[in-house]
Amino acid sequence: MSELTALGIAEARDLLASGKLSSRDLTAAHITAMEAARHLNAYVAETPERALADADASDKRRKSGAAGAMDGIPVGIKDLFCTEGVETTAGSRILKGFRPPYESTVTANLFKAGAVMLGKTNMDEFAMGSSNETSAFGPVENPWRRQGDNRPVVPGGSSGGSAAAVAARIAMGATASDTGGSIRQPAAFCGIVGLKPTYGRCSRYGMVAFASSLDQAGPMARSVRDAAIMLGAMAGFDLRDSTSAEVPVPDFEAAVGKDIKGLRIGIPKEYRVDAMPPEIEALWAKGRAWLEGRGAIPVEISLPHTKYALPTYYIVAPAEASSNLARYDGVRYGMRKDAAELEDMYEETRGAGFGPEVRRRILIGTYVLSAGYYDAYYLKAQRVRALIARDFDLAFEKVDAILAPTAPSDAFAIGDKSDDPIAMYLNDVFTVPASLAGLPGISVPAGLSAAGLPLGLQVIGKAFDEECVLRVGAVIEAEAKFRALS
Amino acid sequence: MPVDRPTVARIAALARIKIADEELDRLAGELSKIIGWVEQLEEVNTEGVAPMASVAAMKLRRREDKVTDGGIPDKVLANAPESVDGFFVVPKVVE
Repeated sequence: MSELTALGIAEARDLLASGKLSSRDLTAAHITAMEAARHLNAYVAETPERALADADASDKRRKSGAAGAMDGIPVGIKDLFCTEGVETTAGSRILKGFRPPYESTVTANLFKAGAVMLGKTNMDEFAMGSSNETSAFGPVENPWRRQGDNRPVVPGGSSGGSAAAVAARIAMGATASDTGGSIRQPAAFCGIVGLKPTYGRCSRYGMVAFASSLDQAGPMARSVRDAAIMLGAMAGFDLRDSTSAEVPVPDFEAAVGKDIKGLRIGIPKEYRVDAMPPEIEALWAKGRAWLEGRGAIPVEISLPHTKYALPTYYIVAPAEASSNLARYDGVRYGMRKDAAELEDMYEETRGAGFGPEVRRRILIGTYVLSAGYYDAYYLKAQRVRALIARDFDLAFEKVDAILAPTAPSDAFAIGDKSDDPIAMYLNDVFTVPASLAGLPGISVPAGLSAAGLPLGLQVIGKAFDEECVLRVGAVIEAEAKFRALS
Repeated sequence: MPVDRPTVARIAALARIKIADEELDRLAGELSKIIGWVEQLEEVNTEGVAPMASVAAMKLRRREDKVTDGGIPDKVLANAPESVDGFFVVPKVVE
């Protein structure tokens, strides 16, 4: 590892500001590291020339005294974000060759803040997956290995490429997106920090849509502070997203390091699920003790509809996906399979362009929305979703934040769960409820499993209270003293 | 409710996704399992609960009805698999 890839975003920022480091050197070190780590398959496209040009422009800006919050910091961009002129596939064959003629708001904001793009990171196809194995570009390897076992394990998903890149120090931070856990679960599996903001905090404009009422962009980084810095650069009101929240962007970084004395931390009893490994339970208890030791007050709470969150999600998300993905028709962009008749052209294109998991979800979505089933499935799920959100509303009358595990296990081996969709879906049991309620959540690396793989703890906050989530997350980080990969 | 082979064929046609005959049975099995699993929602009492379509606690914003974008046909067509004279090209639909 080069000395420069050992740096975090905050440290690098300070060195850049003091003139002791150039973005050119920092970026070049990351490009070298990125090229040496290709076996991970974390990037689907590397953009080294663009990165160096970005870096030089940053160094120039800095000399003129106009540096932004992320100026000169090399990052990976999940291939879900449209990047003008740079192929954007969302991990799907059907978008092969698509070069967006516009820039997503989140990446535009990041670049305006000075961030340097190293490349586009691998992901589950259309963000549908929890292991990065559904990508048309092949699976990503988690840079972590089980102790005494060299078989690759998954990085989690869907933001698996971003998580692996940040953990392997081939990006200082990366953009990610979360629909049911796609930021937090891979962050936990790769031993990094992942923050899903409140729905509406980051614009969805230019983000390839999966389930529009759930999709939310957020940062991945190796520390809570770095995630806070990056979120500040990504977030903000945007007229081009009708659900973008018109709220000010606070100084997220200022929340990191604030004490938590007197904060009430909810411990939801329903998250003690059957068959939860004892090591996850133990880590959760440890987290509670850490927070208590710093003056927070643990409060037992109940979120009674928790067990219905996953089945609710697996109606709502596929329904929205089946509608969103109707746009891939072989006419306006992406792949086309030629046929003599228009209908056949649609069917052939979509049959060949979508992978098995995406196809499965479109079919489920089409089924639950079809005549005769709409009320029984889709409306029912929307009603249960309201109850899940209400559970959180009631809980937050009593507590300031909620502590839970991020995932029910450590990372599993590539291929282990790919034959059983429901077993795969269960990975998101602790992340989906907050997604359905639109609440912010962070995953902070908090320890290792018996096998030597990272485990994360999750802090869920009130809507638009990312600052509390960051504040509590930073305490967990300080207490856990988790050792990132060097 | 189990999803049978004709149902899979019907929803695949609705979704405009070509599925080979030999895949229908396997998909029927997979979808039945998933649908069976989500049906546990039936046990939740949702009487009087309004369906929640979005968490955004706001009315949809409105803006002045004016053109804010456009004049970029080349950009719009740049990714088309086939285009001619400023149009997308599709197989003939009108005889």
